[in-house]
Amino acid sequence: MSSTETPTEDEVVAEPDEAREALLASIQTELGDAVVGTHLVPGDDLWVRVTRDAWVAAGEYLHTGLGFQYFSFLSAIDWKPSPFGRDMDAQVDVSLAASADPQGETADTDPADADDGMEQGVAGGETRFQVFARVNDIVNGLGVTLKADLPDEDLVIDSWVPVYAGANWHEREAWEMYGISFNGHPGLRHIYLPSDFEGNPLRKDYPLLSRRMKPWPGIVDVEQMPGDDDPADAAETTEAAE
Amino acid sequence: MTAISDRDQLSYIAAQAADARVNVELETEGMTLNIGPQHPATHGTLRIVAKLDGEQVIAADPIMGYMHRGYEKLAEVRTYPQVTTLINRIDWVGSFANEVPFVLAAEKLMEVEAPPRAAWIRTILFEMSRIANISLFLGDMGLQVGAVTPAFFAFRDREHVLNQIEAATGGRFHPNFDRIGGLKDDLPAGWITETKRAMKKMRNFCDEIEGLLQGNEIFEARCRGIGVIPADVGLSYGLSGANIRASGVDWDTRRDNPCGLVHNELDWKVWTHPDGDSFARFWVRLQEVRESTKMVDQLCDGLPSGPVMAKVPRIIKVPAGEAYVETENPLGVMGYYVVSKGDLTPYRVKIRSASFNNISITPWLLKGVYVPDIVTILGSLYFILGDIDR
Repeated sequence: MSSTETPTEDEVVAEPDEAREALLASIQTELGDAVVGTHLVPGDDLWVRVTRDAWVAAGEYLHTGLGFQYFSFLSAIDWKPSPFGRDMDAQVDVSLAASADPQGETADTDPADADDGMEQGVAGGETRFQVFARVNDIVNGLGVTLKADLPDEDLVIDSWVPVYAGANWHEREAWEMYGISFNGHPGLRHIYLPSDFEGNPLRKDYPLLSRRMKPWPGIVDVEQMPGDDDPADAAETTEAAE
Repeated sequence: MTAISDRDQLSYIAAQAADARVNVELETEGMTLNIGPQHPATHGTLRIVAKLDGEQVIAADPIMGYMHRGYEKLAEVRTYPQVTTLINRIDWVGSFANEVPFVLAAEKLMEVEAPPRAAWIRTILFEMSRIANISLFLGDMGLQVGAVTPAFFAFRDREHVLNQIEAATGGRFHPNFDRIGGLKDDLPAGWITETKRAMKKMRNFCDEIEGLLQGNEIFEARCRGIGVIPADVGLSYGLSGANIRASGVDWDTRRDNPCGLVHNELDWKVWTHPDGDSFARFWVRLQEVRESTKMVDQLCDGLPSGPVMAKVPRIIKVPAGEAYVETENPLGVMGYYVVSKGDLTPYRVKIRSASFNNISITPWLLKGVYVPDIVTILGSLYFILGDIDR
């Protein structure tokens, strides 16, 4: 079976690559300087980062100009790492340790210092918040992920609803979860949370209370493998892996 | 006798005309009808606030969030293998299918590939969860128009599939069987024979449902021409799965973008229907269940031997990167956009669930329909609330 699978995979890798490069080239010609970052994985996927002002223009061009009629999703991402530390990697819960020893690790977990750890993903980025959306060309089987940076002091971007009607609920979700406003949206209301809810839960600095109350049990709960004799081994492997 | 009935008729018409005049003069105010949160047509708790003008809906506003569990936030504080436990509960009727795209996305970032046998067994279980999921729809669709028998048939026959899923994975509803790099275990002895027998029973079930519903006068009257979605509107709302194929769009991720699953090595057909109405959505799903049973048969016959787990580290750290993987789940296209920063946990998981997009068309679709049709339209769109609320 593996012998029959390998060549087909090579084909897939070789073929749509040209299609994606052509697609990227046409987006770049159409939008010009508005394209500020791209990332192409041959035979797999394409990311295009545009400026905030070109967000709707990019959507319109993809929708009407290139036949990307299918709207997949729109969401946002918060690139600023959680001020509560990286719970999973820590042997002890950072915030609990900090509250027990105020002089100890508080400096590391101060939200103001966390800017340093900010590194954006593929296709780059300069700001804490990014809006990203994915649309598909179902005829040619291509998908593209669009990204746009949003400056911290002005979390506003133009709405995609006039281009893709389906963006309506996705924008409501992004508004509620990240506090990003969408210009020209027909009604930014809460979609999942109660209407009097305060805060933007998916922001990294929004604490997950259950995790704050109780340290993560995962580190000591590493599943025993048949070869292991005692739990101490498992802990050692964890350290070795880090 | 005739004279009286004529007179009766005349007075009836006169009364109607008077009523109509009064209505015009008084301009009756619209009425707001609250449907849900609990309603059998909703598979969970969806509330719809409909503004009515007489029997007609002038505006419908679905309100969800009653089941919002915040999986995107929770996934950020769980290790990759732990996330599958959560996402099992997104579409709880076809749980195994939920795990597949996430595991494939993690495998893509880790550049690990599941061994062929694991990919084949994954595809078998993937299709079986589709059969279990959609057979529930086929029964429920009868229930929406007042026919109770198909629902009992569905619950009875779905067990054949669920028993097989349980035999292989240990869980009827939440298998949690997928692992990054393969599967937890191999299939038990004798499973293949039993599965093929179950598939035969499911094909009989499809015939039964077809005999009970298709061509039934009430069913046709309630579904034909009701809730028509044109293809371009459906696409801009991001409808997927049988909902968009019922509008004549020939698009199936299983065929057009097979990622990690082996549908391309099978002989099957993507069914479409040109009408785009409630009946078309029912009909396409019925054909899909049939097609899936045939797929499972082929998969069982061609199952390669070998290990079911690739070599992966015990503590799974996914290299930094971003990947989006989508598969054709029972409810439509489901995708996970996974952002990793090289940790034990994902940095961000965006869950693109099918029902969220599928149901976002309802404010547009329900405008102008009659109240009883709300139920059949919602039923035919087929959503699971867990798949909307996540």
